[in-house]
Amino acid sequence: MSTEIEPRPQDVDVTEDELEALIGDRAIGRDDHLNAPGFVINPDDVQDVLFDLRDEAGFDHLSCLTAQQYQDRYESIYHLKKYVDPTQEVSIVVPTTLDQPVSQSAEPVFRTADWHEREAFDLVGIDYEGHPDPRRILLPETWQGHPLSNDYDQTKPQLVTLSEHENPIQPDHVDSESDTMFLNVGPHHPATHGVLHIKAVLDGETVLDVDPDVGYLHRCEEQMCQQGTYRHQIMPYPDRWDYVSSGLLNEWAYARTAEDLADIEVPEYAQVIRTMGAELCRIASHMLALGTFALDVYGDFTAVFQYAFRDREVVQDILEDLTGQRLMFNYFRLGGVAWDLPEPREEFIAQTRDFLDELPAKVDEYNDLITSNEIFQIRCVDTGILEPEVAKEYGCTGPVARGSGVDIDLRRDDPYGYYENLEWDVVTEDGCDNYSRVLVRMQEVEESAKIIEQCLDLLEEWPEDEREVQANVPRTLKPDADTEVYRAVEGAKGELGIYIRSDGTDKPGRFKIRSPCFHNLSALEQMVQGEYIPDLIASLGSLDIVLGEVDR
Amino acid sequence: MSNEPRQQIYDSTAPSTDTREARMGEGLDNRFNSKLREAFGASPFILTKFDQFMNWVRGNSMFMLQFGIACCSIEMIHTYAIKHDLDRFGAGVPRASPRQADVMIVPGTIVSKFGPRMKRVYDQMPEPKFVVGMGSCTISGGPFQEGYNVVKGAEEIIPVDIHVPGCPPRPEALVYGVAKLQERIKNGESSPVVVKPYELEQFGDLPKDELVQKLADDIDEEDLVMRYNWADSP
Repeated sequence: MSTEIEPRPQDVDVTEDELEALIGDRAIGRDDHLNAPGFVINPDDVQDVLFDLRDEAGFDHLSCLTAQQYQDRYESIYHLKKYVDPTQEVSIVVPTTLDQPVSQSAEPVFRTADWHEREAFDLVGIDYEGHPDPRRILLPETWQGHPLSNDYDQTKPQLVTLSEHENPIQPDHVDSESDTMFLNVGPHHPATHGVLHIKAVLDGETVLDVDPDVGYLHRCEEQMCQQGTYRHQIMPYPDRWDYVSSGLLNEWAYARTAEDLADIEVPEYAQVIRTMGAELCRIASHMLALGTFALDVYGDFTAVFQYAFRDREVVQDILEDLTGQRLMFNYFRLGGVAWDLPEPREEFIAQTRDFLDELPAKVDEYNDLITSNEIFQIRCVDTGILEPEVAKEYGCTGPVARGSGVDIDLRRDDPYGYYENLEWDVVTEDGCDNYSRVLVRMQEVEESAKIIEQCLDLLEEWPEDEREVQANVPRTLKPDADTEVYRAVEGAKGELGIYIRSDGTDKPGRFKIRSPCFHNLSALEQMVQGEYIPDLIASLGSLDIVLGEVDR
Repeated sequence: MSNEPRQQIYDSTAPSTDTREARMGEGLDNRFNSKLREAFGASPFILTKFDQFMNWVRGNSMFMLQFGIACCSIEMIHTYAIKHDLDRFGAGVPRASPRQADVMIVPGTIVSKFGPRMKRVYDQMPEPKFVVGMGSCTISGGPFQEGYNVVKGAEEIIPVDIHVPGCPPRPEALVYGVAKLQERIKNGESSPVVVKPYELEQFGDLPKDELVQKLADDIDEEDLVMRYNWADSP
């Protein structure tokens, strides 16, 4: 890699004793989670402890911030990881009192804490002292109450304002001194990939500042999951977070977390099917990213866009045969998958192989049409630069981080499923620009094809009497009270993590989703400063956000 | 270059006679069993009402609003794109601006923050306008109905002509829904515009209750607001 990473002792494993010594007296207790040791600290020590953990122990990735309310206190949990080794984890638990829920902000340590803490304030109601921008993020500014706190009354009326979008050329909106202009993009705009609102400040054609305004698709996914029972009622929701047919990847995030929580072993055969299905989803998802990116960059609604959708149709047909649905699969079960490959088995395998055989020619076609296209290169090379250090600060993961040369892929670094036993590579590019992110996605399609090929070989030869698709799982799952776990998988857009706290019933006490798009999107402001406005659109397209997952 | 092939066609009147005979032949020809053909009969004149003619034209050339909200929009794109190709039915030109659109497909969950925006986009469309609600969320809130932030169906905010159920509906289902809408438009039907529970109102016009008092400092009297009465929602 060309980029120099600051010398931190990151790759050295930090033992629990060393962590204890590092945090020292500042730890006022222990609150271990299933995935990591947890240290309870005072609300005044947050920055202090996080700085030490980052600089001296190498925990440079604030993966997730979970906020929740107990009967007697509020709690913020900082889930820390390392980019070099995501299996190294530590949780910092910060309790605050009910009558004064104020905690120190972690924003000076991790830039990504900005949006995390805004969300925690919005939904749970914890104030973060020293936060640079303490506004609501998902709900409208005028909202009353914090919906995930205990005393929230859902039937109370609410008022939502519709402020007129200012006309940017109207004289009184142009600041004559700085000569800047304010521009709204969205929330209903073809280039925003859904319902995103970007407030941009322009100087001529140059972008000075952007402020993504999210929350136009905040569907209360966390509340929905907290109301569902573990066994069957939660699984349909992950499909709808990242709805660009990454369903199985998302379902796996829930399956992995809940299986760890309830200690369920998944049969190997089911793991192979899961791996294959998940990679098919990744191909479908990257195809859409590619098609819409071409649409954004040079308005190509005819060739590339339609080709990408042609290939998506094929993948969706295969997935439909496998799962019974085109988009919202609901195919994973805790402890395995719903059913075996469709009969006739040979036909399904042959059909999938046909798709894989045709894929290299199609990828060549895309390369001819897109990546080797001069216009495309002029638009994308060296625009929307995201330096690796910045990407880490903002908690970027997935193809966005890998396009900036950050070598992280949970499939390899924190293995799950059957990935360990298969031959495939993690794709990284050092360009840090829009072009690299496209290249990463295109190559990942080929890597996914490799994985599917190997899975098909395994499935074909699997002895007929050992095809166990589901483990024995009790009808009602009631994990022990106050067990906490945070687990992540590599979704199509990056690290998709879930935190579950069980409260002894058959429904989760707290269900928190760590969405990769949310944090990738927060890096947009760094990527587009000083760029032209068309590059803002290109950068947004190359981030490949899905608003369902950003807003949840 | 020789003109011979062309000449041959000029020489022979066979092709045009065949066509004419096929058209004018005895009784009705099955190949031309369209409404138009029935109206034409053997004569080249048609008598109709201007309104009917306009409805017929309207139904066969619908401009859709390019409007993606949630999961259903992915299936909506598939409906527009290759394979399903909604354009075959005269209903597949997505317009990016509401000012140019006739039909709005509402593809997904509507949440409180988006409700006023959707109402505004609907208001910006020129009359006559039609709405296809796509997916369970636009019917009742679907799987998110119990959410604190989710509007319980598009009909709380705008009138809907056709509901397409499903989560998400398959592209075929959306094509069917649009075809049904075209049928209705051709017959001159449209759903009655009734007063909806959630309207855009000026803040100053709202009754002075506790919530309005609380927000009085933040919101201008003339600002447009939408007041959600969650308790009254189905």
